[in-house]
Amino acid sequence: MRIERINKKEYTQEKALTGISSPESIVDLKLIKPLLKKYKGKKGNLIPVLQGTQNIYGFIPEEAMLFIARETGIQVSDMYGVATFYAQFRLKPVGKYIIKMCHGTACHVQNVKAVTEDLQNFLGIKDGETTPDNIFTLETVACLGCCSLAPVMMIGDDTHGKLSGKKAVDVIKEFRRKETLSQKSKLTENISKN
Amino acid sequence: MANTKVIVGLGSCGIAAGAGKVYDELLRIREADNLDFELKKTSCIGMCFKEPLVEIIDDTGSYLYGEVDIKKADEILEKHIQNFSPIKEYIVKSDKYESVYKNYFDGQVKITLRNCGNINPESIDDYEESGGYEAIKKIGNERISANEIIKTILDSGLRGRGGGGFPTGLKWKFANNNRSKDKYIICNADEGDPGAFMDRSVLEGDPHSELEGMIIGAYSIGATEGVIYCRAEYPLAIKRLNIAIIQARERGYLGKDILGIEGFDFDLYIKEGAGAFVCGEETALIASVEGERGMPRKRPPFPAVSGLWRKPTNINNVETFANIPWIIVNGALAYAKYGTEKSKGTKVFALTGKIKNGGLVEVPMGITIKDIIYKLGGGIIGDKKFKAVQLGGPSGGCIPEYLSHTIVDYDSVNATGAIMGSGGMVVMDETTCMVDMARFFLEFTCKESCGKCTYCRVGTKRMLEILTRITQGEGKDGDIEKLEELAYQIKDGSLCGLGQTAPNPVLTTIKYFRDEYEAHIRDKKCPSVYCKKLLTYEIIEEKCTGCMVCKRGCPTKAITGEKKVPHIIHQELCIQCGDCYSKCKFDSIKVF
Repeated sequence: MRIERINKKEYTQEKALTGISSPESIVDLKLIKPLLKKYKGKKGNLIPVLQGTQNIYGFIPEEAMLFIARETGIQVSDMYGVATFYAQFRLKPVGKYIIKMCHGTACHVQNVKAVTEDLQNFLGIKDGETTPDNIFTLETVACLGCCSLAPVMMIGDDTHGKLSGKKAVDVIKEFRRKETLSQKSKLTENISKN
Repeated sequence: MANTKVIVGLGSCGIAAGAGKVYDELLRIREADNLDFELKKTSCIGMCFKEPLVEIIDDTGSYLYGEVDIKKADEILEKHIQNFSPIKEYIVKSDKYESVYKNYFDGQVKITLRNCGNINPESIDDYEESGGYEAIKKIGNERISANEIIKTILDSGLRGRGGGGFPTGLKWKFANNNRSKDKYIICNADEGDPGAFMDRSVLEGDPHSELEGMIIGAYSIGATEGVIYCRAEYPLAIKRLNIAIIQARERGYLGKDILGIEGFDFDLYIKEGAGAFVCGEETALIASVEGERGMPRKRPPFPAVSGLWRKPTNINNVETFANIPWIIVNGALAYAKYGTEKSKGTKVFALTGKIKNGGLVEVPMGITIKDIIYKLGGGIIGDKKFKAVQLGGPSGGCIPEYLSHTIVDYDSVNATGAIMGSGGMVVMDETTCMVDMARFFLEFTCKESCGKCTYCRVGTKRMLEILTRITQGEGKDGDIEKLEELAYQIKDGSLCGLGQTAPNPVLTTIKYFRDEYEAHIRDKKCPSVYCKKLLTYEIIEEKCTGCMVCKRGCPTKAITGEKKVPHIIHQELCIQCGDCYSKCKFDSIKVF
């Protein structure tokens, strides 16, 4: 069964209810206002609202749920029920890149398990976890529909097929390299600005 | 040269294999060298094992190049386009040369996939030029009544391609009989079966045929609003459908008084699924469209009586809708010409797994499974022994090699204990462990169970626990019987198709591969040498060079030996992690 629980963390209901985010909060509630305007009062709007919210923040923050409840009258319990039911919704923040490892039948037959294990060892995280530097989140998914390229993984919109453990790790290394480069260039930019 | 067309297959798998880069390269060279040819995009050509594919059509004929990378693209442009000499060794299909893949194409009859790989899916003109929207024009011009269309569909013998196999015409008739002002038509594009991707290919490759099928359906049952429920995991399909909907509205195929038929108003929109396998089930899909948790509802009332927002609703699968325009234009008889007595027409299969020519194939019903695998599919990778084929995904079952003469039609496949399903056909060879396969599917259904029915929710979990135990060498006598007992209880005690079919993979593997289960339980051995915990690792003395790599890596220090002297694995310490096996460079470790 699909169950994922929210991390019990402290939040101030007051903030969520007034719609004003505190400066230290990563959740800027103003961002979802246009979304709510579009879907408010429409029947069957709950899933699109949650999908839109996730597109904005990368996950569905608790503060956003409370805010949506106040604005639209949708019950938080309904929202939580739907958000925990569907595989697409996340209640925790994720890394910059989400690695979707396909565990469909064709990939399973082509031993995706070994590829995933290699990747887990390389990244040092398990399924559903995020690397400490917040760059990668590893997710196993049911089927990406590229069965003839099995085993397959998807990072962002890019699909990488015919993987072996080594090939998958090489792809990640390449991402890491690019990430370090872009961070370095940002750093030099900042230094030259100052 | 002026008439030369270069067409790149840009479906999801093509793009994944690098077709986008090839397209950019072709475009770059055309501009840089000022070459004169038309560069076109199309979608999945169906030959997924040779992606990326580039087709060149010129005055002399058509040439399909396979496995094209940037380097090959340069070479093809230089030799074929500039010097008119096709590169024979890269060609996978041509009307000029005999190809080794001839059987792959000759065995197919393309009705559902008639336009896939031939037209630009983002162009309504392309679709119209290849006979698109002819069916609704025919309906408009000849004033064909809804009842006549339903009769044609009934006569064609078309059955639901989503897996159920319910006659489409009959479904439409039920929805039509209902006198309600508001009716809905839904396209089920929530292709959740792991190992199936035919719906994705149709939506990406020929979105207008989908719309046309739905418009005809709407006309036949009197629906005013349509919904395409598409999985969010198919971003390209959603993008192309959206383009198609806008184009269809512009041309008046959607909107008010369509085709000048007064009072025929119809429009549709896309609803993105949020990832739940159970939403492939009709009533769960409806709940999901309504914004709720996708949990199935009790039937009756059937959706044809009370569906979306409690109004009469008709739901068909992507493939079913794609067939409709063809049937209207060519007639019921032309369609019923293909197939067997009770299963008419063609079926698209996603041929994957340990098969040489994996891809999308559309075959007439009645062909044998053996023919699909050996004639079209070219046999098993590495010419290993063919063991079984899995049909119907997690709801289906495995058909063993000795039943491979089974013909594909709904009833023959059902008789084996498998189901036709949506058309995923995963081929397995001797290295695939059937107990692990059953465990894999149960893991999937257990995770995807919505939790409404106790038997499905708890029963699949218990079955999974037993299967996991067996694959880890902790199977007990009586486990097989317990699995069977649970399986029948889950089948009887579940409301929807997910639970009713979830035990199928276990039941069919027990039926056909009971000896493998017994080997796991009694001998603690996996005959396919797959289940890690049941393997024995041994060093082949003659091959071992004593390099010490395995010894250093062994987490339990189960390997001993001096440098340059053959090592030994101490079985009592070995935890079967397989580290030594994957690290040995001299193939000196034996697994059995």
